[in-house]
Amino acid sequence: MRRLILIAVPYLWLLALFLVPFLIVLKISLSDIALSIPPYTPQLDLSEGWAGFRAFLSGLDFENFAFLTTDDLYWKAYLSSLQIALLSTVMTLLCGFPIAYGIARAPHEWRPTLLMLVILPFWTSFLIRVYAWMGILNTEGLLNQFLLFLGVISEPLTILNTNTAVYIGIVYTYLPFMILPIYAALEKMDESLLEAAEDLGCSRVSAFWLVTVPLSKSGIVAGCFLVFIPALGEFVIPSLLGGSQTLMIGKVLWEEFFSNRDWPVASAVAIVLLLILIVPIILFQRNQQLQREAEG
Amino acid sequence: MTQTVFAPWNDPDAKPLIEFKGVTKAFGDFVAIDDLSLDIFEQEFFALLGPSGCGKTTMMRMLAGFESVTSGSILLAGKDIGPVPPNKRAVNMMFQSYALFPHLTIWDNIAFGLRRGNASKDEIANRVEDMLRLTRLTKFARRKPHQISGGQRQRVALARSLAKAPKLLLLDEPLGALDKKLRQDTQFELMDIQEKTGTTFVIVTHDQEEAMTVASRVAVMDEGKLIQVSTPDVIYEAPNSVYVADFIGDVNIIEGAAAQEGESVSISWAEGQPPIRARSTRSLTPGQKVHFAIRPEKLSITAERPAEAANAVTGKVLDIAYLGNISTYHVELPSGDVLKAQSANTRRIARRSFTWEDTVWLSWTETAGVVLEQ
Ligand SMILES: Nc1ncnc2c1ncn2[C@@H]1O[C@H](COP(=O)(O)OP(=O)(O)OP(=O)(O)O)[C@@H](O)[C@H]1O
Ligand SMILES: [Mg+2]
Repeated sequence: MRRLILIAVPYLWLLALFLVPFLIVLKISLSDIALSIPPYTPQLDLSEGWAGFRAFLSGLDFENFAFLTTDDLYWKAYLSSLQIALLSTVMTLLCGFPIAYGIARAPHEWRPTLLMLVILPFWTSFLIRVYAWMGILNTEGLLNQFLLFLGVISEPLTILNTNTAVYIGIVYTYLPFMILPIYAALEKMDESLLEAAEDLGCSRVSAFWLVTVPLSKSGIVAGCFLVFIPALGEFVIPSLLGGSQTLMIGKVLWEEFFSNRDWPVASAVAIVLLLILIVPIILFQRNQQLQREAEG
Repeated sequence: MTQTVFAPWNDPDAKPLIEFKGVTKAFGDFVAIDDLSLDIFEQEFFALLGPSGCGKTTMMRMLAGFESVTSGSILLAGKDIGPVPPNKRAVNMMFQSYALFPHLTIWDNIAFGLRRGNASKDEIANRVEDMLRLTRLTKFARRKPHQISGGQRQRVALARSLAKAPKLLLLDEPLGALDKKLRQDTQFELMDIQEKTGTTFVIVTHDQEEAMTVASRVAVMDEGKLIQVSTPDVIYEAPNSVYVADFIGDVNIIEGAAAQEGESVSISWAEGQPPIRARSTRSLTPGQKVHFAIRPEKLSITAERPAEAANAVTGKVLDIAYLGNISTYHVELPSGDVLKAQSANTRRIARRSFTWEDTVWLSWTETAGVVLEQ
């Protein structure tokens, strides 16, 4: 009995916090837009019994999904989101790996402090940090002033409201999610393995590629998914730091919901986004599973 | 056919393969290796013996290139290897912690070093198969290190370090996790490999029996210093100090005051007991405090006083340890000292001649023990 309860807890959790909301969104995506509250039809009216349910079902259709294919905007937004998410994941990896490596190789007594510094930004609101970036990146911002002061540039750079700003924002925001799993993998690694590799004829560099990288693979993969998955649907960063030409599906979604008040189309956009994400999520789960088995 | 004795250390013209010249290694202000000088010759099987923490692994790591010397220098074939990085040294090491690559199969672990050279695929495959056969791991070639037992892992580490057939092979407790049978087999295997390949071996071991079996010479260390470096028989029969005598094998140590006449020494050690008669080539000052060390198997145990024994004492059997092939008798002397004597069990245990509380005589010749000054 106790076992049953223990097993039931995660499933109930999943049911309440994932499956039920998913079904609600799915249902809305199959509905039609309406000038009412909530702004879609049909609504399920249980007072009419079976007939009401049948009427409700017949009101559902795939019109909104079909609509997504008629307008170039949507698939372009998905593609551009994929591109931005992929590129920024790679950039986060390039920044995150050396940091994680540095922390894992730092003297023991330093490591908690360094990890603390990685997590520290989470103590302030995400929105405030993004606003701070606006202050740093705009034409009169700190970065431009600094570069002008150094004499590196003579004209202020336009960074804010471009894709560059979006990349900076995503890399900055998700860096800890990359650093932590890679650090966890590197920290576990026995340093005598590198010595053994050198003893057997590897240079430092090839020992890094042949031993360090394969042994931190699970951390790298986990970090990449932890960055890629949320970055794909990211909305705040592109809408605050990005410009009018920055096309991301999160932004489209937001506009459908709040500007157009077209809940059904917005829900359809969300459902498609979820379907796209299912592939990396399953791959991520598999990676975690393989890692657990390897540690056996 | 005359068999020449392999003893390059006695040949003044022989060039050592490895020379430690006044090597000191300090970690912070802790001195792990203290002004140590040592020559190891080509084709030697050199054993380092000593208590935990005496600096054996540190010496190995300096040879392999993972630890720099604080002062002094190490020469390999006449060249200072200080500036040579580990991957450029013709030295392979078997790590005390094995350091197997967890992401690679046993096969790939063994092939790792070979792949760094310019051997062809076939050569590598052949060599790996040979190593697998040698260490009896063929069945496990496709497994990962976490899927095999501790002893098997040790054999993988051994195979991996042997695979490159290095000039100098460093083995840090290579056989610690093996059972006795496999251990003996592997010891002979190692000696065989050594004979076939002419590789020079430096082996660290806690097991003095192992050191005695495999080594051409043994170095006994303590706190970063070499106490004695010699062939196993000299270490055993003629230790240079109480420390070495005590560290290697079982020994009776008797303290007394020496009186010397030529090479004969008589040691007065207890009231009412005749002095011990022994021999020593060293010159001792009259009345000097010395230790007399004698191995238990050098004492013969009899019921009557033997007529012509140089030394004989009587006592009571306190304890008997039955070890199968031999028995150790603990004999308490009237002075309260307890001496250990060993005798071979040539008869069945039921027909043993002595039992608890029996009065017995222990006797030994003049040359059976050694006189030690420290
Ligand atoms: N990196 C290090 N920093 C500080 N002290 C060290 C370091 N490595 C070794 N030591 C010290 O040097 C001494 C010798 O260590 P070493 O590992 O050579 O001992 P060992 O003879 O191999 O012992 P064991 O038989 O237990 O393996 C020990 O007291 C150890 O604590
Ligand atoms: Mg050691």
